[in-house]
Amino acid sequence: MKTSALSGANANTSTPVAKMSVRALNFYYGKFHALKNISLDIPEHCVTAFIGPSGCGKSTLLRTFNRMFELYPDQRAEGEILLDGENLLTSKQDVALIRARIGMVFQKPTPFPMSIFDNIAFGVKLFEPLSGIDLEERVEWALKRAALWDEVKDKLAQSGASLSGGQQQRLCIARGIAIRPEILLLDEPCSALDPISTARVEELISELKKEYTVVIVTHNMQQAARCSDYTAYMYLGDLMEFGATEQMFLKPSRRETEDYITGRFG
Amino acid sequence: MIFSEFSADSVAEFPASAPESARRARFRFRKWLNASAIFLSLFAMVFGIFWLLWILWDTCRMGLSSFSVAMFTESTPPPNEEIGVGGLANAMMGSLQMVALATLIGAPVGVLSGIYLAEYDPRGKMAVMIRFINDLLLSAPSIIIGLFIYAVMVVRFKEFSGWAGAAALSLIVIPVVIRTTENMLALIPIGLREAAYALGAPKWKVIMRVTLTAARAGVLTGVLLAVARIAGETAPLLFTALNNQFWKAGLSGPTANLPVTILQFAMSPYENWRQLAWGGVFLITLAVLVLNILARILSRGRGTE
Repeated sequence: MKTSALSGANANTSTPVAKMSVRALNFYYGKFHALKNISLDIPEHCVTAFIGPSGCGKSTLLRTFNRMFELYPDQRAEGEILLDGENLLTSKQDVALIRARIGMVFQKPTPFPMSIFDNIAFGVKLFEPLSGIDLEERVEWALKRAALWDEVKDKLAQSGASLSGGQQQRLCIARGIAIRPEILLLDEPCSALDPISTARVEELISELKKEYTVVIVTHNMQQAARCSDYTAYMYLGDLMEFGATEQMFLKPSRRETEDYITGRFG
Repeated sequence: MIFSEFSADSVAEFPASAPESARRARFRFRKWLNASAIFLSLFAMVFGIFWLLWILWDTCRMGLSSFSVAMFTESTPPPNEEIGVGGLANAMMGSLQMVALATLIGAPVGVLSGIYLAEYDPRGKMAVMIRFINDLLLSAPSIIIGLFIYAVMVVRFKEFSGWAGAAALSLIVIPVVIRTTENMLALIPIGLREAAYALGAPKWKVIMRVTLTAARAGVLTGVLLAVARIAGETAPLLFTALNNQFWKAGLSGPTANLPVTILQFAMSPYENWRQLAWGGVFLITLAVLVLNILARILSRGRGTE
């Protein structure tokens, strides 16, 4: 399935390279088997969308990529997640270093209890000894990339919580890209946003794929169709179908995918 | 077909609704129930506030009339002096020092323990045990804590002292601060922690910069309420700090303090002592009130954080 997906024609990238490869991944919440033998390749400099009904495991899959699940002792993953040939799940690297390479933005905006500037600088300073002008430039760059700079440039010292919901979410995206990760994971980044903010975030996602590899979990089929290059349809812990977005939406190879995409189910 | 469970024919018939008269009767009953509950609540509130206002009224009336400059500048007088001679300066000084030291010991221990319970292993055996012991300590009568410090400090060093008094008070501060710190940290959404971890932040940094900062108003409120609590504690000081009629700097030896002075003076047959006891009562009430208002302001600030 995965090989055919990557050989499928795509308007934006003729021959995509796999940035991250998932092989025979199984995931358990305690005894519950949440991901069943998942294998797929995440193409570099593309947007890959995970779609599927609630509880199908798409967020779970995303959270294995930066080992976020390890915060919870009863969750475990088996299999391989290869990033540049190294299995992240068995890597001897400090998990903090892995997370610095794989950024994540969550469903609900989570501004830290500090100023807008420090919200961005916090992550940068964890790994880079920047200060003064260099740090200010990085913060400005990240806020500009997240299309938030013009709205906050005069109030960088204000609390991040003083921003509106849509601005907070763009702040979180800016925070995520400020540490210059290689992969950016977005877990339903627009579900708490109004349509205008959603449009801005979607524009941003298309921009971001030039520099990053983006993986997005979404409940919104139109969103997947609009801004992704590849789409994975998941159901009850199984990867049902994975391929170029255009092909998935125009001519899905499985009946279940078609039912879900056309809204007959889900 | 795997999606058949979602098909339309599995939806049940719409149930029949009750007749209009039955609905009206049900609604009248609900209104009556509501009115009775409001009446009972109001009665309970008036009953509670009545005694509280009476106590406050007497405290203000008697306390204010015994107020004077001498109260802040002179030490406790001998019995049967003229009214207006002597004050509570030594007791205020002793209380302030002991409360400050008890807070300095108790607040850090309490905050750090609260962090352990909320952030490291919240469901572990160790945490369950600590929580249980902390609840015991929280509900232990304060006189028991006084007796404990008497046994381990006063008996050993063969001397009543302000140090022992501060130790007893700090044992009261610790469980209060542990409980509030843990509760306040538990209120911080898990998403905030995940967001910080997702940037590659180490655990201690997530706690210090993100979770504890987000909960700081609540944690500070807990510390202030603990201070308010020990400001008026008498029992733990009876066997530890004892009391002292004279001005003295430092905490060695028997140390004057407001609660025990109030107890001693209020029980005495001497008019000047009883007057000063009212003054002391008023002072403590005022201090506790100010601390509570501060705590209120801080916890209100939490919403905007």
